[in-house]
Amino acid sequence: MTASLLTVASWAVLLLLFTGFVSLLLHRRQGLMITVCFSIACVASALAIFAGFYSVSSGSTSQVIIAVGLPDLPFHLRLDPLAGFFMTVVGLLSLIVSVYSFGYVRHISAKRPVTRLVIFYALFLAGMLMVVLADDALFFLISWEVMAAASYFLVMFEDERVENRRAALLYMVVAHVGAIAILLSFGIMSGLATGFEGFHGYTFDAMRQAQFPPQWATAAFLLAFFGFGAKAGIIPLHVWLPEAHPVAPSNISALMSGVMLKTAIYGMVRVAFDLIRTFPWWWGALVLIVGLLSAVMGVLFALMQNDLKRLLAYSSVENIGIILIGIGLAMIFTSFQMPLLAGLALIAGLYHVLNHAMFKGLLFMGAGAVIHATHERNMERMGGLIHVLPWTSALFLVGCVSISGLPPFNGFASEWLTFQAFLLSPSLPSPLMKLLIPMGAALLALTAALSAACFVKAFGITFLGHWRGPHNPHIHEVNLPMRLGMIMAAILCLVLGILPTIMIDWMDKVPEQLVGTSIGQTAGAFGWMWLTPVAREHASYSGPIVFLVILSVIVVAWLLLHVRKGSIRRVPLWDCGFEKVTVRMQYTSTSFAMPIRRIFGFMFTIREQVRLDPRAAHRLFPGTIHYYLRVRDRFQVWLYRPLITASFRISRLVGRLQQGRIQAYLIYSFVTIIILLMFMR
Amino acid sequence: MEGNFWSLAPWGRGLGEGYFQYSDMNLHIAAQINSFLAALVLLTAFGMLVQKRVYGLIHLFAWQGVFLSLNTAIVGFVAGKHHLYISSVLTLSLKVVLLPYILHVLINRLRIRKEVETIVNIPMTMMIGIALVIFSYHLTAPVRELSNLVTRSTLAVALAVVMIGLLMMITRKHAVTQIIGFLALENGLFFAATSATYGMPLVVELGVALDVLIAAFIFGIFFFHIHTTFDTLDVDQMARLKEGD
Amino acid sequence: MNVYPFITEILQILLVLAISPAFVGWVRALKCWSQGRTTAGMLQPYRDIMKLFAKDVFLAENASWIFRFTPYLVFGTAVLAGGIIPMLSVDLPLSATADVIVLVALFAIARFFTTLAGMDIGTAFGGMGSSREMTIASLSEPAMLMAIFTISLAARSTSLSQIVQVIYSGQSVLRPSMAFAFLAFVLISLAETGRIPVDNPATHLELTMIHEAMILEYSGRHLALIEWAGMMKLTLFMALGAALFFPWGIDNSGSAAGAFLSLVFLLLKLAAGGVVLVLIETGLAKMRLFRLTEFLGSAFLMATLGMLSFFILE
Repeated sequence: MTASLLTVASWAVLLLLFTGFVSLLLHRRQGLMITVCFSIACVASALAIFAGFYSVSSGSTSQVIIAVGLPDLPFHLRLDPLAGFFMTVVGLLSLIVSVYSFGYVRHISAKRPVTRLVIFYALFLAGMLMVVLADDALFFLISWEVMAAASYFLVMFEDERVENRRAALLYMVVAHVGAIAILLSFGIMSGLATGFEGFHGYTFDAMRQAQFPPQWATAAFLLAFFGFGAKAGIIPLHVWLPEAHPVAPSNISALMSGVMLKTAIYGMVRVAFDLIRTFPWWWGALVLIVGLLSAVMGVLFALMQNDLKRLLAYSSVENIGIILIGIGLAMIFTSFQMPLLAGLALIAGLYHVLNHAMFKGLLFMGAGAVIHATHERNMERMGGLIHVLPWTSALFLVGCVSISGLPPFNGFASEWLTFQAFLLSPSLPSPLMKLLIPMGAALLALTAALSAACFVKAFGITFLGHWRGPHNPHIHEVNLPMRLGMIMAAILCLVLGILPTIMIDWMDKVPEQLVGTSIGQTAGAFGWMWLTPVAREHASYSGPIVFLVILSVIVVAWLLLHVRKGSIRRVPLWDCGFEKVTVRMQYTSTSFAMPIRRIFGFMFTIREQVRLDPRAAHRLFPGTIHYYLRVRDRFQVWLYRPLITASFRISRLVGRLQQGRIQAYLIYSFVTIIILLMFMR
Repeated sequence: MEGNFWSLAPWGRGLGEGYFQYSDMNLHIAAQINSFLAALVLLTAFGMLVQKRVYGLIHLFAWQGVFLSLNTAIVGFVAGKHHLYISSVLTLSLKVVLLPYILHVLINRLRIRKEVETIVNIPMTMMIGIALVIFSYHLTAPVRELSNLVTRSTLAVALAVVMIGLLMMITRKHAVTQIIGFLALENGLFFAATSATYGMPLVVELGVALDVLIAAFIFGIFFFHIHTTFDTLDVDQMARLKEGD
Repeated sequence: MNVYPFITEILQILLVLAISPAFVGWVRALKCWSQGRTTAGMLQPYRDIMKLFAKDVFLAENASWIFRFTPYLVFGTAVLAGGIIPMLSVDLPLSATADVIVLVALFAIARFFTTLAGMDIGTAFGGMGSSREMTIASLSEPAMLMAIFTISLAARSTSLSQIVQVIYSGQSVLRPSMAFAFLAFVLISLAETGRIPVDNPATHLELTMIHEAMILEYSGRHLALIEWAGMMKLTLFMALGAALFFPWGIDNSGSAAGAFLSLVFLLLKLAAGGVVLVLIETGLAKMRLFRLTEFLGSAFLMATLGMLSFFILE
């Protein structure tokens, strides 16, 4: 059974790789290609879900060695609960997005050939599954690069526009800087595992057996954290996210934000908890601080955006932060030998991985639907879409409520667990940490509240009010497969929120594998309705009852108030007798965010100018007013601009070496050889 | 464990033992009053840090004096050190009555009732203040373990009050708020003395009290001079005194 | 299974529904007396609600389903919250379904939809109110969580029943942490329930209103539900404060006499709370929006000091 699960997972990967060839064969018949390829992708995702789900629920581990790759360096595959969990997450969202893509890619294919999109879509999914399955550094890095390269071409899909090419290049650069760090990290670990002579330390098994000296372990962890952090988009390595996500096709953004970032989380958890295993508390503190910083700053940046997909991209930074908070707490608890609390915090972080995949996938799909319907990405020119896009708006609302952490949807469940983990931090032995960690809880509360504000803005400006655009275009609801994909995600958001106990019971094998304890005994001690993370006296939450009570009160109130046949009269808006209420008087995205921009202004670099028409007769009666506002990332100004200048300067210095004469180049090689020989003597 | 949720034992049994390790707070009643007063002193210190109006500042300073003298009296009673009563009375007369009165008169003379300018904005100042409290808690942790006085836990608060006084002097522009910051700092030192060692010898205390009084007078005289020279009490104006402009 | 807690639960929800207009009437009457005006009587809120229920609904032309759904949802969350906070008894079935963090989130979901409804019609006022409401909420939420943290440190639980029990049977009288948390809670409650100095419930002036700006377009039964839910929210915050900081009198035994006694205590506490609220409201002026950072910053400061003093002093 267990070995066959790994076989099922491998079949999923092979099917996806096969899809690439199929799409090439069917290049001439785009419609058929879309149907066939995405059907295969759906089947492959279902297989991945199956394999992942059962490997977690059975808590089994299976390994296999495939003799492909370099001679004497075979690929190792392994499916354990941790891998199975991430495989389930990847599979779930891939299934949903593949269903959505039936409709979405068909729309694109009306304008341009989509063969490239389909090939790299399949490769991208295969790459993510392979990353999760890999059990040696070589295969891991190959899969990692397959995933990165495929997603690079996907971001580049509409390559006729300069901004898309620039975004893709930026993404590639950051991904590779990260990949180098990961490579170095694995290099350190594999070198220490078997000494630097042999090659056999490259398997994860060898690393698991090894005992690393503390300073080397620290170096390996920091490199891995940096490398995976660049992929996950932690602050300050987040710059590529808001550039790459908006320009990619929306189904790709959903996958990239929903699950590709999570493979980086997978990498961090794998390296810290599985490969290195013992670590000092400050690693956890570092992860926690970076997580808090990413959460707060990510949501603040998201609030400042007017582009719907940029907003969602920044909000991914925030949610990665929330996940890292859980993982950082788990690391702190682990290093102080508190496995129960570590298990709780880890579950909180991993549950948020699953939840974020669902609601962020849903939101990106919804944004794709909106952009497809309106041909507009700027929220300032949207509005009133709830009347023309009833399905999309309702489903997008589910995503907004979930991501804002409101009960009974899933975002709340994982944030509640994270809060519970925070509330248990006073049991830490270090007095300073007792005092400092609660501040983190306050920051998390700030994040939750700000993200509610952010998504009130996103939904309110996009879907409510009146259309703000220049003309009123013909907007119609999106087609059935797109709606179906979003409906699946929305239902999962609700189910995961109402029944967290069942999911936690299922996930419980992961902390059992990593920190050696399970919280399912206590968390689900009172049946599926009650979530009691530590003890019933400490805290309890019942999603189903909360949901049912609110629902029944609403129904009862509605029925009681509709006994009497009261009429509803539709009237024009009361304009205070002013008679000139126009749609331009509505609050816009910029004005909605103004109070928060002013209060948290010190976090941004803001340029704000009001210019009056100089030809006006008097400055109190200007004909036109120009308002200029630019809100920028401080990191762009402080960190990246100096880096870019420095690298240009260095490249100019290096450029001096270029003489254009062949003798000069020969001298360089000659001198290098001489120097190397001197050292090798 | 599939039992019914409601049919189990009533609420209140087994308060999740084992998850918390801090000691329970079955403290001595005097220590409780002492720590409550310490909390109030800390509260007034923070109040002064964020208060924008000059009169409000003076009132808060006076209240801090009240809590301080009460605390001194109680410590004196508990520890049986009767000279603490004298310093309690001294505190009351000096810091609650005399100094606020002098400051009141000063403000009325100079007619400066408007809001006090701050250099750093107030929420930021609060955050720094909180950080200082945590820092002083961390700093006094070794002392807390050595000492066995009932008042030892308030040492962190005393240190925090000292630091907040200094912070106040840094973040405010106005000369009057600077002297109040200085006096609050001195309050913190006094509080530290009572809580760490049950008070300094009476002679030292009398000397300090006299010093504070004299300092206040000197400050007052300087205010007049600053005011007549620059026509304001904003100490930023002093920057004009530097050479080279 | 013991049915008694379920009966108490239903009674308590009915009680909250019934007395919240009277409580708001009491606050308004007190305010009138303190300002030397004649009052409309404590029963005026009932008459207002009855009148609104009897009226037809006027709906703006482009109002969507969100606008019509919001009043029911806001009302539903308020009713559920009324079942969670221990008032008549500690042993409430619904109290276990949601701890104090869920309670805060319930109010948050009501706020989320109210702000959306404010933006639905597309007027400038609605958007303004929504924007301000979310700003205030995002500042008050960290302070709220810190206050909760402090209390849950003392009670070792976030479950409301548990907190009430532990604080009820607490040995310690003077607890600086609880005092700080209480001060913070008072400030946060003023912000959350939209009272002076954060928001003025009686104003319809363009530049100062926040909550009223969002619900400006409501009429008829929708408005009645929202108003009623607002009254319940005020009452519930009072009851929550009473339960967390002054839990004396809440029944622990599970008897009818005990429940009656808790009712008497509850009414007394509400009456006293109303007096305090009116004193605050008449003593203070409404603040400018950007002064609220300082106001809510102080709430956060208080709550944090509470947490710190728990570790430092207790």
